[in-house]
Amino acid sequence: MELLTPGIGLIFWQLLIFLIVFFILRSLAWKPIMGALKAREAMIGDSLKAAENAKEEMAQIKADNEYLLQEAREEREKMLSEALKTANDIKEEAKAETSKISEKMISDAKVTIENEKKAALAEVRTLVGELSLEIAEKILKEKLGDEKSQKALVDKFLKDVKVN
Amino acid sequence: MTKGFSPVTFKLLTFSFLAFLLITANPTNVLASGGGDSDEEFDAAEMINHHILDSHEWHFFDGHYGTLFLPVILYDTEKGLTVFSSSNFYDEHHNVVAYNGYVYEHGHIVAEDGRMLLDFSITKNVAFLFLNAGLLLWIFLSVARGYKKRAGQAPKGVQSFFEPIIIFVRDEIVKPNIGPKYEKYLPYLLTLFFFIWFGNLLGLLPGAANLTGNIAVTIVLAFLTFLVTNFSGNKNYWKHIFNTPGVPGALKPIIVPVEIIGIFTKPFSLLVRLFVAITAGHIVILSLIALIFIFQSWAVGFGSTIIVTFINFIELLVATIQAYVFTMFSSLYIGLAIEEHHDDH
Repeated sequence: MELLTPGIGLIFWQLLIFLIVFFILRSLAWKPIMGALKAREAMIGDSLKAAENAKEEMAQIKADNEYLLQEAREEREKMLSEALKTANDIKEEAKAETSKISEKMISDAKVTIENEKKAALAEVRTLVGELSLEIAEKILKEKLGDEKSQKALVDKFLKDVKVN
Repeated sequence: MTKGFSPVTFKLLTFSFLAFLLITANPTNVLASGGGDSDEEFDAAEMINHHILDSHEWHFFDGHYGTLFLPVILYDTEKGLTVFSSSNFYDEHHNVVAYNGYVYEHGHIVAEDGRMLLDFSITKNVAFLFLNAGLLLWIFLSVARGYKKRAGQAPKGVQSFFEPIIIFVRDEIVKPNIGPKYEKYLPYLLTLFFFIWFGNLLGLLPGAANLTGNIAVTIVLAFLTFLVTNFSGNKNYWKHIFNTPGVPGALKPIIVPVEIIGIFTKPFSLLVRLFVAITAGHIVILSLIALIFIFQSWAVGFGSTIIVTFINFIELLVATIQAYVFTMFSSLYIGLAIEEHHDDH
């Protein structure tokens, strides 16, 4: 029966000691421990979230890179084709210009040739006239070299004039 | 392996069984060797009572220095507060004598003239309570220091041993039973769990006091849970008791007293469960040891030792389970008292 009879002394001491232990542990042990555990759990949660974010960011960056690369590739393609086109245009233009210039040159040449020809012909004509005169002169000189022939000719002219 | 018993356990059980057969097969032989040489008759009941009950001295072993006489603190209306050593109750021949008008009989101090007396002595259990409290403070203050020293780092040493247990109490006992407002009650329930667990484990040591198996201790613990529960009880809780929803008016005179009794039976079950579980464990172990002294036989000693070892392992388990159960039911009662939404049933 004594086993079932609580002693007043032990009740008093148990209540006192338990409460003292409770109050000390509450402020000096449980509070810091729970705070530290919570902080650590929060840190782990944050780290996991940060890792997840970093992963997402990584994927985003990768996608961006891919997009940029794609864009660059397109740009290059475009630039290349444009350059090709420009080159072609330039070539075509150059060709056209060249043919135009050569045509002009040809026509100019033709005109010059014509002019030269005319000038040459004119010269030839003058030369022929002079030559003929010279020849005529020489012939005349030959024919009228002696006084008798000169007198004969003058007589002839005079005869003609007297007739008139 | 496949039968669920580990081979070691199985061998132990077989061995214990054989030892028992040996005892029961040779009763005359055993009894014959038991009588005669000791001048005092061995009283198993007295030995067990001596171990599980409180006393004013702490007996470690026989002899002059084997007993620690603890201080006696008495209060009575006539003499006021008196403090003296319990060794004053013994004369040089180790006979119990009266001292200063007080008589020490059957572990109790009474006044010679029979007047009212309050005994606040540092008994064996109180001394053991100090030890338990000191150990609790020492361990958990150093655990807390570990968190301060290694803030944001992995736990180490005693801190890493207790961290999973603290988290277990928080996440498996307190949180599921109390709900979102658990944090307010966590310090009390953690203290409760470790107080009971340490008390149970220390009580298993040889020469230890039966602290958590003492009804005064369990009464105080259950009373604290009772106070916490009823002081945090919300409108729902009291409505459930005094105006139980879903009960027809005619039944109320029956239901309401039952509910009111229920307020007290909850902590009562707590105090009885812990007291019985721990005390019974001690009685079982002591009874098995008493067998050795009753039969005084090698065979009994051998068998008994093996069984006691086995029971001791079970007691280690019981020590933990009882701490768990007490904390779990305390959380459950608090959880029921602060529950917001109450399903009609």
